[in-house]
Amino acid sequence: MTDSPFVVVEGLHFARGEKDIFRGVELQIPRGKITAILGPSGTGKTTLLKLIGGQLAPDEGRVRIDGEDVHALSRKALFRLRRRMGMLFQSGALFSDLSVFENVAFPLRVHTDLPEAMIRDVALMKLQAVGLRGARDLMPSELSGGMARRVALARAIALDPELILYDEPFVGQDPISKGVLVQLIKRLNDALGLTAIVVSHDIQETLSIADYVYVISDGRVMAHGTPDSLDVDEDPRVSQFVHGEPDGPVPFHYPATDFFSDILNMEKRS
Amino acid sequence: MIGRIVSLGRRGCEVLEALGRAGQFLAQSAVGVPSREGWYLWLRQVHFVGVLSLAIVLVSGLFIGMVLALQGYTLLVDFGAEQALGQMVALSLLRELSPVVAALLFAGRAGSALTAEIGLMKATEQLTSMEMIGVDPLRRVVAPRLWAGFVALPLLTVGFSVVGIYGGYLVGVEWLGVFEGSYWGNMQASVDFVGDVGNGMVKSVVFALVVTWIAVFQGYDLVPTSEGISRATTRTVVYSSLAVLGLDFVLTALMFGGFS
Amino acid sequence: MKRSKTMELGVGLFMLAGILGLLFLGMRVSGMAFTVPGDTFRLEANFANIGSLKPRARVTMAGVTVGRVTAIELDTDWYDARVVLELDGELEGQLARDTTAAILTAGLLGEQYIGLTVGGDPETLADGDTIRDTQSAMVLEELIQQFVSNMVSD
Repeated sequence: MTDSPFVVVEGLHFARGEKDIFRGVELQIPRGKITAILGPSGTGKTTLLKLIGGQLAPDEGRVRIDGEDVHALSRKALFRLRRRMGMLFQSGALFSDLSVFENVAFPLRVHTDLPEAMIRDVALMKLQAVGLRGARDLMPSELSGGMARRVALARAIALDPELILYDEPFVGQDPISKGVLVQLIKRLNDALGLTAIVVSHDIQETLSIADYVYVISDGRVMAHGTPDSLDVDEDPRVSQFVHGEPDGPVPFHYPATDFFSDILNMEKRS
Repeated sequence: MIGRIVSLGRRGCEVLEALGRAGQFLAQSAVGVPSREGWYLWLRQVHFVGVLSLAIVLVSGLFIGMVLALQGYTLLVDFGAEQALGQMVALSLLRELSPVVAALLFAGRAGSALTAEIGLMKATEQLTSMEMIGVDPLRRVVAPRLWAGFVALPLLTVGFSVVGIYGGYLVGVEWLGVFEGSYWGNMQASVDFVGDVGNGMVKSVVFALVVTWIAVFQGYDLVPTSEGISRATTRTVVYSSLAVLGLDFVLTALMFGGFS
Repeated sequence: MKRSKTMELGVGLFMLAGILGLLFLGMRVSGMAFTVPGDTFRLEANFANIGSLKPRARVTMAGVTVGRVTAIELDTDWYDARVVLELDGELEGQLARDTTAAILTAGLLGEQYIGLTVGGDPETLADGDTIRDTQSAMVLEELIQQFVSNMVSD
């Protein structure tokens, strides 16, 4: 069974208010690989992660993680399943009232009965892996954005999860931090053999580490394939996004009436 | 016309839905056996909402007691009844002013801070990440704050009364020269521990529940943006002030209105 | 979790202060006294009119508080008010049998209390005895009536 996909999303529909966000999304996330989900801003990529994590319930369709239907689980079973997942949030989401060390130790204290000395060893090991063992006594408010995200990564892997969800890991980072994060994600994946889902719109960084890519737009999967196959995709929407062209099927202008008649209207009014 | 009625109906449904959510929220956060660590989290919140609100509550209490004595004296002296000053100060404080003013100050000082704090935790995804780690934020973040407010406000109210009565003593006895024996004597003869102190405490417990509940719920339910946080903070103060004043009337009518 | 001693101390003091404040409200403001049973003894006194005397009113002797009123009820034999007093245990066997009890008013509009004046009888009052010689409360209307009828008869 090791070849079966770890996460399967089937016919996912989700609407927020009047607005449809997903209209039948199908995904298959292979085990032990890095899968990237790309898409322009506002396509609900974070919402998709929340659906996979079971924080939101879909209107239709199913999400199965390792064979278990996430949204059919009881609250208790869902929390048990989440112990096998780690999630790295866009903002890091470190607990602002705990120190760096305590943040990393938090999942260990909550879910295990390990003695204090063991918790200390594990937490320091995870901090060492992200290169921030020396920052253990700092408070989250004293960290830079990149450091906060690395601490959050250490916290996400504290319980050695099987699946890790990255929500926009590269957003708002300087090139050095970006490089560090790219390397960390790759290295963790290789070393621990975990399944990773990276949601992002930073094409270059994401394509450099992903094994498989889904492109989402308009509530559907627009294209999927390996990074190399996407690079040469013929579909104009895909190539506009992958190559970052300013105008194309996604127009530069927000829908509006004709520019010329709009100007004339203004003059008539004044 | 029909459109108006429809929008009124929709508004009504929204209000009911929000009340339902708030009730469910209260029920989910208030239950649960506090662990050793939960106890410590609670202690921290008592410090935050109680000890740090102490200064503003005590200073306000002192001034209100002094003003009451001054106003009461000028009124009572016309009837030659300035000996009744102690009774007037004590009864107005214990029955009305302490629970109400302490609750209003608490809403402004601690309630708004609770909303902003929880709102910020929500905006920075701390609540979501807690949930992903497998910890219920209602238990870990909301419950300690709820219970801390529940304990802190009645204690603050007691402080307010004590300081207010002392402020009345300072002005009435030390400054205006009311006989000290009649200040305390009249007070003791007219204040009933259960009827006055007790009912005041009941009011204060009710206000504590309502104010903290509104504060944490507004924080938990807000739109996670900076604008959402500032709106929710304002809402906390407005809603809890209105709730305190409205409930005060109801409680006063039940306790002292003679309907029993 | 980092623990802070000063914070714990602060919360402890806060709670202690709250409890002490409640104690203050109980004893100093509402005049409750926590007396050990056995330390006091009871006397009864019948008054024709108690005015607005209330339970827990003070009982004084020469201005010093020596006890409290514990109960007031209507005596259906005589149709007057029976007032139960609880006095300091030290006074047991010290008060003369002809001690008088009067209902007095603190100031013109102040609270009403009971003043005891000792007589000269060698025999003393014991627990449960009744004070015979009592003086009722001043009732303003009665005073005015008396004053007016005196004026008329003059």
